[in-house]
Amino acid sequence: MTVRIQTEVFDVGAELKALHAANPKIGAIASFVGLARDVNDGQSVETLRLEHYPGMTERALEDIIRQAQARWDVMQALIIHRVGLLAPLDPIVLVVVCSMHRHDAFDACRFLIDYLKTDAPFWKHEAGPGGAHWVDARASDDVARAAWVRATGKQE
Amino acid sequence: MKLQVLYFARLRDAVGRSSETIDAPPEVASVGQLRAWLAGRGSPWQEAFEQVRGVRSAVDQVMADDQAPLRDGAEVAFFPPVTGG
Repeated sequence: MTVRIQTEVFDVGAELKALHAANPKIGAIASFVGLARDVNDGQSVETLRLEHYPGMTERALEDIIRQAQARWDVMQALIIHRVGLLAPLDPIVLVVVCSMHRHDAFDACRFLIDYLKTDAPFWKHEAGPGGAHWVDARASDDVARAAWVRATGKQE
Repeated sequence: MKLQVLYFARLRDAVGRSSETIDAPPEVASVGQLRAWLAGRGSPWQEAFEQVRGVRSAVDQVMADDQAPLRDGAEVAFFPPVTGG
């Protein structure tokens, strides 16, 4: 299980290859890549700055992975999240789950990104022709997380 | 009680600093009481806690609610709702 916070770009293909290479029992890999868009809430975005809480970020992501491991067959899990200055088209986050079968991989991967959205201490600051501002949290992210709590009947 | 208080993102901008070491009086025993005490010191904390909506908190790098108890030497962070991913 790996958590990395970095400013550098990541190579999705290389990360996937490295993650399953040592284990021939892995039969499925699901991955999610989050990208920086050039528009948000109807406003043009030129740059995106990502801030985080060093120390807590790693702990929160490791805790989220532990929660996924308790629910699904997770043979490998990887979360890479970039911080610093980004621009549209740049990848921001990579979530990968390796399992024996696809349903565990898909569900655990989606769970990880849904929980990351609400529980990991990252903040986005956008700048564009309309000015610069901190991005507001979305209620839909809380709804997505709550759906997992209802689905599994577990709070933590 | 000595506490290390951290501020992030919009809240840090509003407070004008990223951290401060404080010596909290005995009546400050929980996160909620600490936030009220910080805001009670006046500007800029009062305005910052009023202006930034839905402020969240963490004690020793774990999410915590207003009832969470404090210990001497704890690291207490205040921040807006998170927006990563």
